[in-house]
Amino acid sequence: MLIIEDLKVTLGDKEILRHIDLEIFPGETHILFGPNGSGKTTLLMTIMGYPQYRVTGGKIYFKGVDITHMPINERARLGIGMSFQRPPTIHGLKTRQMVRICSRNGADAEAMAEKMKFSDFLDRDINAGFSGGEIKRSELLQLMAQNPDLMLFDEPESGVDLENISLIGNTISELLERDIHVHTSPNQPRNKALQERKKMGLIITHTGFILDYVTADKGQVLYEGMLSCKSNPQEIFRCIKRIGYEECVRCAT
Amino acid sequence: MRDLNEKAKQAKEKKAALGPDIDLTTFDAEPVGIPRLDSPSQLPEKDRERMLQAGVDASEEGRSGTYIQKDTAVVYSHSSQDGLLVLPIKQALEEHQWARDYYWKLVNVDADKYTAGAQLNLHDGYVIRALPGSRVFLPVQACLYLDRNNISQYVHNLIIAEEDSELHVITGCATSPHLKRGLHVGISEFFVKKNAKLSFTMIHHWAEEMMVRPRSVGVVEEGGLFLNNYICMKPVKSLQMFPVTRLTGRGAVSRFYSLLAGNPGTTLDVGGRIFLSAAETRAEIIARAISNGGTIVSRGDLVGEVPGIRAHLECRGLILRGGIIHAIPELQGKVDGVEMSHEAAVGKIAQEEILYLMSRGLSEDEATSTIVRGFMSVDIPGLPAPLKAEIDRAVEQSNKDMM
Repeated sequence: MLIIEDLKVTLGDKEILRHIDLEIFPGETHILFGPNGSGKTTLLMTIMGYPQYRVTGGKIYFKGVDITHMPINERARLGIGMSFQRPPTIHGLKTRQMVRICSRNGADAEAMAEKMKFSDFLDRDINAGFSGGEIKRSELLQLMAQNPDLMLFDEPESGVDLENISLIGNTISELLERDIHVHTSPNQPRNKALQERKKMGLIITHTGFILDYVTADKGQVLYEGMLSCKSNPQEIFRCIKRIGYEECVRCAT
Repeated sequence: MRDLNEKAKQAKEKKAALGPDIDLTTFDAEPVGIPRLDSPSQLPEKDRERMLQAGVDASEEGRSGTYIQKDTAVVYSHSSQDGLLVLPIKQALEEHQWARDYYWKLVNVDADKYTAGAQLNLHDGYVIRALPGSRVFLPVQACLYLDRNNISQYVHNLIIAEEDSELHVITGCATSPHLKRGLHVGISEFFVKKNAKLSFTMIHHWAEEMMVRPRSVGVVEEGGLFLNNYICMKPVKSLQMFPVTRLTGRGAVSRFYSLLAGNPGTTLDVGGRIFLSAAETRAEIIARAISNGGTIVSRGDLVGEVPGIRAHLECRGLILRGGIIHAIPELQGKVDGVEMSHEAAVGKIAQEEILYLMSRGLSEDEATSTIVRGFMSVDIPGLPAPLKAEIDRAVEQSNKDMM
């Protein structure tokens, strides 16, 4: 379980997040909406533990552990993973090696890459010359290998062509154990599968495409550094599309 | 020979164009008598270990020939393949006219005091020659080893890939664990004949007070390929070399790769010049340098002399823990229609890359060494797997030492 209490975050001299409260229970996936510059990426990077995002108030707990000031790699070990929007290129480090790093040598890189239609990239330097869509597939491949309990997705569908959007969407759904109709067999009731679902997800989306593939429990709107609305994600998305963020968050206040 | 000696004597005091001057008289140059061995496995274990770190395997497994010299004397020389000659140069000069024809053909004996010293004090060296048409797929290994403290070693090597031959050489230069101070001067002359392929990989594994002055020149004829790899990741006091290659035949190709580490107290001045003097020739100089508190001057000079040549130079440096990296990339286009480029970058490890790896579960130290390892892992096309493995091992070993 992830619990964020009254979180304040500064980047440089600028306060980006103020008074963030958020709870994600095991098995839950939340969608994070918000206009550009509202602090969505900041929230994800803060949960992951990027040090330039300075926590000036509040607490973050994960699995009952106070991780507010925990180093990034210890959070990863505790079960937090992230799909980045613009990850850096590391020259000389092959994608294959990166998959091994993620899985602590435990994963079958070939099989996973095949699933992500990424086999041809295994022997290329990680992120070197990757297109927007290739970066997303690479990030999902790494998350698949890492298999964390809480997954943070920063705009997983941006830059992805229509041909690959379903691959991205369905993979996220699978990673977050949202694809229960696939797993459920006749002798295993649906509600049991739901109970066994433990993976937690927090997904930033602009386009809402991801909602066509991933069922989510809650939507959240981040507006001017605050989480202003908690509701059904489809409804929120429809509302934003119709009347815009400013009007949409008004209903919450 | 008499001419050579005369010229050498006149250049005895001639300072080199680059690198700090060395007082050669402070080192012993008297030959040391060391008995020949029937097999490299008779070498003491500590020597064998040091040699292995420089890519020379005393078991001779996976090698087509071996040459081992200790201080001033050859202790072992052997070829296990037809069409491949591995000989001590003194013996070759005595017995074979062809060896005399190649000797000092490319390097000028009076270039500086070091070339002069190599003529006047010649302590052997190797001749490795692949006869026309012979394909030597397994690498030939050569080790120039320094055992006695304060010794100077003057060697002269000839590497000849005759027409249509293929030859891979790995040379490991190393010092015994107890050696502190010494001098190594090595003359190397490379002949890559028509349509021949030569890869030459040199791994240096010196000691903290070692002075090293290699001098080498190569010539590549029509359709020939010359790969020249150099790895120096261990401490050395002062090492300066500036190998020159001339591409004289149509379509000749040469690539230089260097992997360098500047440890505290180390000054490396390493680079190379390639003349592209015939149509359709190609050249590439690639260097990766990391500094840990030492000084690295990384040079590269490409000279395009005919239209239609293509050449590229790339030097990247990472300053990890202080020190200096001085990249000097040079291009000389001397006619219309040359295509030449270079890129040089000196910097530090990007924090963003470290954090990215940490978000996948690596500690900060693990992330740093993963990035450095990636930085030093350069794909060298055309290099056989065992040589690649030796290079990886040399780099890996040093990464461990530094982290």
